[in-house]
Amino acid sequence: MDEGTNQLIRSAPEMKKEFIMEIAQQEIPNSAETKTVEVSGSVALLEALIAEGTEVIFGYPGGAIMPIYDALYDYKEKLNHILVRHEQGGIHAGQGFARTSGKVGIVFATSGPGATNLITGLADAMIDSTPLVCITGQVFAHLLGTDAFQETDVINITTPVTKWNYQVTDATEIPEVISKAFYIARSGRPGPVLIDITKNAQIQKFDFAGYKPCDHIRSYRPKPIIRKEYIQKAADLINSAKKPFVLWGQGVILGEAEKEFKAFVEKSGIPSAWTILGAGAIPTDHPLNVGMLGMHGNYGPNVLTNECDVLIAIGMRFDDRVTGRLDRYAKQAKVVHLDIDPSEIDKNVQTTVPVWGDCKETLPALTELIQERTFPEWIAKFKEYTEKEVEAVINAELHPGSGELTMGEAIHQLNELTKGDAVIVTDVGQHQMVACRYAKLNKTRSNVTSGGLGTMGFALPAAIGAKFGAPERDVVAVIGDGGFQMTLQELGTIMQSGIDVKILILNNRFLGMVRQWQELFNENRYSFVDMTSPDFVALAAAYGIAGKSVSERSDLNASLEEMMNHKGSFLLEVMVTKENNVFPMVPQGCSVAEIRLK
Amino acid sequence: MSNQNHTEKPAGKQEFNITVYTENQIGLLNRIAIIFTRRKINIDSLNTSPSEIESIHRFNIVVNETEDVVRKLSRQIEKQVEVLKVYYNTNEDVIWQELALYKVPTDIIAEKASVERLLRENGARAVVIRKDYTVFETTGHREETDALIKILQPFGLIEFVRSARVAIIKHSDGFNRKLREFERLEPGEEVSENEYLNNGQRIFTM
Repeated sequence: MDEGTNQLIRSAPEMKKEFIMEIAQQEIPNSAETKTVEVSGSVALLEALIAEGTEVIFGYPGGAIMPIYDALYDYKEKLNHILVRHEQGGIHAGQGFARTSGKVGIVFATSGPGATNLITGLADAMIDSTPLVCITGQVFAHLLGTDAFQETDVINITTPVTKWNYQVTDATEIPEVISKAFYIARSGRPGPVLIDITKNAQIQKFDFAGYKPCDHIRSYRPKPIIRKEYIQKAADLINSAKKPFVLWGQGVILGEAEKEFKAFVEKSGIPSAWTILGAGAIPTDHPLNVGMLGMHGNYGPNVLTNECDVLIAIGMRFDDRVTGRLDRYAKQAKVVHLDIDPSEIDKNVQTTVPVWGDCKETLPALTELIQERTFPEWIAKFKEYTEKEVEAVINAELHPGSGELTMGEAIHQLNELTKGDAVIVTDVGQHQMVACRYAKLNKTRSNVTSGGLGTMGFALPAAIGAKFGAPERDVVAVIGDGGFQMTLQELGTIMQSGIDVKILILNNRFLGMVRQWQELFNENRYSFVDMTSPDFVALAAAYGIAGKSVSERSDLNASLEEMMNHKGSFLLEVMVTKENNVFPMVPQGCSVAEIRLK
Repeated sequence: MSNQNHTEKPAGKQEFNITVYTENQIGLLNRIAIIFTRRKINIDSLNTSPSEIESIHRFNIVVNETEDVVRKLSRQIEKQVEVLKVYYNTNEDVIWQELALYKVPTDIIAEKASVERLLRENGARAVVIRKDYTVFETTGHREETDALIKILQPFGLIEFVRSARVAIIKHSDGFNRKLREFERLEPGEEVSENEYLNNGQRIFTM
């Protein structure tokens, strides 16, 4: 609050009183008999994390977070701390963990540079709605604002890229603040939360009365109330549609509504396409899954967006990479938009019928009201476009036969080995688009990628977290030669933790996506996209990670097989053709109907 | 977020009064301010004060924007964890005031102008009269406080300051009842109003 209202700022004990009042409403049995134990703020934090079911923490120690790390020394059995090589790696690992496990990712970092190194990951998690609780150490409360060693105004720096943040300066606040942090991070539209704890609060002893999870904050409504009238209106619109089209996004996965979504799609018979973050919510080869949306999505879903009569958007936010030119996007269609976040409705695309709510609840209600239908002619249209795309693009990409290797055939052959059961983690750029387009995904939570922010360097650390989040599954990180070099230090984390991650580098010796744009839109003026790389296999070897490089078609399959069958991590570099372009493509400023096949 | 006078307005820019009910939380001012700055929207006036309910704070924010932009801004503000409710209203929908103070040399005022006439004609009152200077105060709309500057300028206006705008929403029945709803574990429809549904009731909220 501003200075004029200084006297109105509540003290920490007052805040605590409020929390207790909130908790008191929840009828905790025997709360009167609760015994208190004197613990430090650090111990209270770790107890809170355990109570929230934390399995793994990705972190990096430093001066201002040392009391927490000291407490962690005694919690080695209960909390698995993974020492990363850079805080950005830590937060991306937390994201990967959250994406495959559906749980909240936990990240520790120290003050100052430790905290600022989290910013990219926070921004990434914010835009991709990934639940995280990040704990940063902070200088002693009495040093705040004095330019103390490793002091940064972390709360203000992180405000635009967190769903919520809070600075703790008194240990007594810790249990309540952590319970709020978890509640806010995972409820409603999930997102990253950062808690900055001053060193004195980490050390301070207080009477800890146990941990009570939060389930209500009066100023925060995670889920809008579902209005039956709107579900009815949506159902009427869908029932009267002749060419309906479903677009789904990560909301289906975040809402754990995959079953409900599948039931809706199958009863309605409506062809459905996905945003890259929604990939895998229903299997790639489901008959009503017509493919990927967006700039490098499939031909049919893009063109036919501008032909459908009712567009049903489920848990997606009409990103500009999905819509292309907005004033020529689906103008003929009536739009039904299901979203848990009211600010998404009408943000980019004007909605005819908004259905606010958690899609786990709205989808079954909608399914009940819709008629069981099929759209053979309409779906045949998608197939026609698929055939055109196969002929013009996909055949050459997946089965080139001669010439240099392509990214597409590497992904295609990987599919044969994984059968679609692996988690595919991708970085950002051409390989990301190719992997998302061609990877076969049988299960939900199989596609981990940096969608909204487009963070190069995401994949390697995210893959580490993804493996911790889904230890029983194969995790393959598909990375370009550029992105890999942004966070390759995390090979050290792989080495030390002994985790099994497969690293597939698709090396075209270029920053391929930028080069593609320079070729198409800047008259081949290749400005600083030529990339010289180290010997990746030797680099992996330096970290004790097995590896191989392949450039011959005849070796590709065997090499991929060797990677997948290898016990432990493995790095496979595939040398691919230098100047391949990803198509189809909706050029910037064009409508989705103007998608180019070449 | 509400606009209590939901009539079709032309797309042009006009002044909107955004009223925000919040918890009293350090850092919330910044969280709200960056919603505007991120979109390069200037805040014309900003006032924060306690509301009619203890512990609930009220922001009055004035921007000159289209209704579409203001609606989106309001939704983004209401999305913040510590924000309870956001309303936006045109100037016609609110009673609003700004307070202004003017410091002028007493000798000139006393000599060249009739202080009494100045006070009467401009609805002003003298807050302090000292030998060396006099401070006038007036409240009103922008034009009214501006008018007195012009009048006092020839008399050696030394200092002028105007407060942020405070505004009361004409159709509002306060926040007490709503707050009780918010405090329930399962909030009722009152706090999860649907803007489309409530068109008929002249309430445009979410």
